Amino acid sequence: MSNAASPAPAVTKEEPGGALSFYGVWLIAAAALVVLPLIFSSGGSLTSFSLIGIAIIFALSYNILLGQTGLLSFGHAVQYGLGGFLAVHMMNAVASHNWPIPLPAIPLIGGIGGLAFALLVGWVMTKRAGTVFAMISLGIGELVASSSLILRSVFGGESGITTDRTALMPLFGWTFGPQLQVYYLIAFWVLISAIAMYALTRTPLGRICNAVRDNPERVEFIGYDPHVVRYLAYGFAGFFAGIAGGLTAINFEIANSAYLGATQSGFVLFAAFIGGTAYFFGPILGAILVTYLQLGLTNVTSVSLLYFGIIFIGIVMFAPGGIAGLLMKHRPLIRAGSLGMVIPSYLVAAIPTLAFALGAILTIETVARYSGGEGEGSTINLLGIPFVATAPATWAAAAFLLVGGYLVARLTWLRVAEAWDRAATVARDRGYLA
Amino acid sequence: MRHLPIAVAAAVLMLGGAASAQETVKIGYIDPLSGGGASVGEGGLKTFQYLADELNAKGGVLGHKVEIVPLDNKTNPQESLVQAQKAVDAGIRYITQGNGSSVGAALEDFVTKNNSRNPGKELLYFNYAAVDPSLTNEKCSYWHFRWDASSDIKMEALTNYMKDQPSIKKVYLINQDYSFGQSVRSDARKMLAAKRPDVQIVGDELHPLLKITDFSPYIAKIKASGADSVVTGNWGQDIALLLKAAADAGLKVNWYTYYAGGAGGPTAIKQTGLDHQVYQITEGIPNSGNKAAMDFEKDFRAKVNLSLWYPRAVNEMRMFKAAAEKANSIDPVKVAAALEGMKFDVLDGGEGFMRADDHQFFQPIYISSFGTLADKAKEPFDEENTGWGWHLVSKIDTANAMVPTTCKMKRP
Amino acid sequence: MAELIVISTLNGVLFGMLLFLLSSGLTVIFSMMGVLNFAHASFYMLGAFFGYQLTRWIGFWPALVLAPLLVGAVGMAVERYGLRNTHKHGHVAELLLTFGLAYAIEEIVSMVWGKSPMDYRIPAALDFPAFTVFSTNYPAYKIFMLVVSVTIFVALLIALKRTRVGLIVQAALTHPSMVGHLGHNVGRVFMLVFGVGSALAGLAGVIAGPSLVTQSDMAGLLGPILFVVIVFGGLGSLPGAFIASLLIGLIQTFAVALNGSLASLFGPLDPGLGPSPLTDIWNVTVAQIAPILPYLLLVLVLIFRPMGLLGTRES
Repeated sequence: MSNAASPAPAVTKEEPGGALSFYGVWLIAAAALVVLPLIFSSGGSLTSFSLIGIAIIFALSYNILLGQTGLLSFGHAVQYGLGGFLAVHMMNAVASHNWPIPLPAIPLIGGIGGLAFALLVGWVMTKRAGTVFAMISLGIGELVASSSLILRSVFGGESGITTDRTALMPLFGWTFGPQLQVYYLIAFWVLISAIAMYALTRTPLGRICNAVRDNPERVEFIGYDPHVVRYLAYGFAGFFAGIAGGLTAINFEIANSAYLGATQSGFVLFAAFIGGTAYFFGPILGAILVTYLQLGLTNVTSVSLLYFGIIFIGIVMFAPGGIAGLLMKHRPLIRAGSLGMVIPSYLVAAIPTLAFALGAILTIETVARYSGGEGEGSTINLLGIPFVATAPATWAAAAFLLVGGYLVARLTWLRVAEAWDRAATVARDRGYLA
Repeated sequence: MRHLPIAVAAAVLMLGGAASAQETVKIGYIDPLSGGGASVGEGGLKTFQYLADELNAKGGVLGHKVEIVPLDNKTNPQESLVQAQKAVDAGIRYITQGNGSSVGAALEDFVTKNNSRNPGKELLYFNYAAVDPSLTNEKCSYWHFRWDASSDIKMEALTNYMKDQPSIKKVYLINQDYSFGQSVRSDARKMLAAKRPDVQIVGDELHPLLKITDFSPYIAKIKASGADSVVTGNWGQDIALLLKAAADAGLKVNWYTYYAGGAGGPTAIKQTGLDHQVYQITEGIPNSGNKAAMDFEKDFRAKVNLSLWYPRAVNEMRMFKAAAEKANSIDPVKVAAALEGMKFDVLDGGEGFMRADDHQFFQPIYISSFGTLADKAKEPFDEENTGWGWHLVSKIDTANAMVPTTCKMKRP
Repeated sequence: MAELIVISTLNGVLFGMLLFLLSSGLTVIFSMMGVLNFAHASFYMLGAFFGYQLTRWIGFWPALVLAPLLVGAVGMAVERYGLRNTHKHGHVAELLLTFGLAYAIEEIVSMVWGKSPMDYRIPAALDFPAFTVFSTNYPAYKIFMLVVSVTIFVALLIALKRTRVGLIVQAALTHPSMVGHLGHNVGRVFMLVFGVGSALAGLAGVIAGPSLVTQSDMAGLLGPILFVVIVFGGLGSLPGAFIASLLIGLIQTFAVALNGSLASLFGPLDPGLGPSPLTDIWNVTVAQIAPILPYLLLVLVLIFRPMGLLGTRES
């Protein structure tokens, strides 16, 4: 259980000039958030950016548990959903009583909702880590999701509770009707939450969380109770998940029982793990990628969830550090200047690997069209080449790419490993790799 | 994994390529194409695609080609909003949806807000199967039009039929635990109490929506209650499995249903051996005796390989074309104005109209029973190759299938 | 009422035995390998679909034997090429691997067979009422399901108590590392156990498929309940899993059969109060909360008896 966040430590050592680059990163992020909608101003991209922003907060909050404290939760959506519901009820209350609370403060209410529930159930849940925690979280998740359908007056049954975000008092002339204004509201909270969660990793609590993840016994020896530490981490994770839920409620103006369910919990697990749990920025990458795939992939293929599953399995088996882990592996090589030694082998390996991947896609799509035939016709458009799913030529091409790609890719990846060893040796000699 | 870049590139192309719908009229079909309700959603999609082809073969709508854009909502209100937003972003101005009144309520709310916030980018919501009465009552919207008879209209017609059946003495209600199932249940209680006060309601069951795999405990309960009739609004797998469990236990009662004819239902009824004991209330039936409708049914079955489950979808698409021609525009605002109060000859014959007060379409309602077909020449259509088919029991004219509305329509 | 009790007991025991076919494999796999197999219910689904397909090709009886073997082979492959390679990354990675697998299997099944329920019929030889209790027919096929599950249960018991592999498995339940130290080929035992566990799940699928629904979401509906069963019974305890399976089977069936609510017990609330969570709870019937009862049990057990009914260790 404890080596969830291998292979590298979560916190890299301080470098000279770190403070400057540290603030620089956040300033660049802030500027990017402001400028993005000016570059991509279509309605579709605004919707995507808003969803990605929410997913980033949600995935980062999840990583407080998985990456930093080593708690694998299958029910993180509970805090997210309850935050959303509280936010919707609050918005309706504010609108009907004309309270002077502007919309941008609402996510905070959601956060408090998430925090309150986390504190309520967290004490029992966090008694143990590991598989037991994972199962309890699953059970609580199912329990809350199913109960929400019974407590209709609070959760509104299957229809959920709707609200109108423009009914709250306008702020600086902003009514938050247009998606652009909502995007900026979300972007504001993304920045605030990300900074807060990053700061949390730098506090003594954040560090002791890492210690609880890696070796709870030793933490006990130095006088901390791992249970309390896990409880606190669970509370913080619940708070930020609640903020994400509140933002979702603002974005969709509805909260329903699906917010609390297993699908949402699975989504955030995918996002955090695919991005990489060992680094702070991992879940951000994961959230961007998974949301984007979710929005985009469903239009290109009818089996988008299968690709998700395969990507996830691939990451678990071959790169448990996620995308962030893969990227960061190259950092010592860049510093040591030995990255050039691996690039050629990558390029060589890329071709058969790509062929293998294309073969896999072609196979999956062929099977999907051949057996399902669900209204999309039997022609697969891959890289602009039309393939007919029922034609033996397509099957042959798929099999050739798949098998041939696999065999050649295996050889080339052996060469990558060799080149990697050489480059790592150089890095080690120069003192950049332990 | 390593094929990610391609997928991303494809996604980028797709999102970027959302051009305006100058050439074709795109109708976003927002319904489940995965998950528990997928079997129902896929049948609907094929129906709408067939209907779009039919319109296009006759020159489309005002010369514009009609295209159905499938958008998978997994029967989830939030996912439906994402899909609806995606439709708006892609320049789609018409959406149609049917499965799940909870989804319907979310979409109606979305459409209303979208249209008040984005003038010039109005979206029309054509509802072909979400039958919760609230959608045309307290939640009613100018931008929502419903072609299916709402559940209270159907219950009105059904109880009008049941009141003349003295054999009905003990009624058991079993429904899905969500807004539609609850409205069926409360309408049945209310209307039966008014029309047949002597009928005893011996059971009133709500079960989780699309989650039960074995209905035998429920069947045991119905059996124990001594009911002679069961009224259910169940649809999808919930009706098929309910009837299957009844068949296994040998339960013999009369079933008054909204959706027994859905996929798997006819097969299950045939297995129970309940010859003409399962009734269904619909806005059209295959063996209606109307020649044009029966010719349509024949061609539809030949091409789509399904029975026409949504005659209302035919009315919806044809009426959309008529309204666009009346308005001489495919602009949603003008089409909406043209649809209000519009009269239309429905597929199975008879005149229906779109009531302007609440945008509910009123039409003749049919009660049919499922069983052996006496005269194959007059009733040629069976279901799911069972040899059994729907037999017309009673037709209720438009004027007698009307219910009042509480809608206070806000017009733009 | 007596009729309802008899029928519900039969249905409950049947559902419980089905749960046990699944949970026995799951709990043995968990105790030995420390892997909570999320994909276990997916093997059950694979069993149902393989059973359906083979029944169409070669008939039900060959399918009853072949489909579980196929599922077992799939399970062994998953252990050999998936879990064994992931083991070095720790239990979380293994758990996540099975989580991803469950996802992928569901998608593959719905890709190949579609999303609609399959027309998986009860074999004609068993399609008759076995007996009639108080005028209700009890289908012969359900009796057949009961017989198969009980047979498997007895066979499993004998295999565990009397065979060498059984002894090793038993030892590994309580002292997993010691077994390795004694020089047994733990890898092969793991693969075998995983294969047998998957095959049992597959068998459950083959026999449950015609009676319940064979559809691509059947794994997702059953999976969480399985976890409840093994935690409730006590992780690593086979008798515990057995008792928990029966208990949950009976509870779920009987809860559906009951009509009571707080309102029927204490009379309706004052209607003047208006809708509130209290009225929701007051008016909800036991039948309506049947689906959440297992999770309620799980939470209660974890609070008051974290090792489960018959469990001996906490994690």
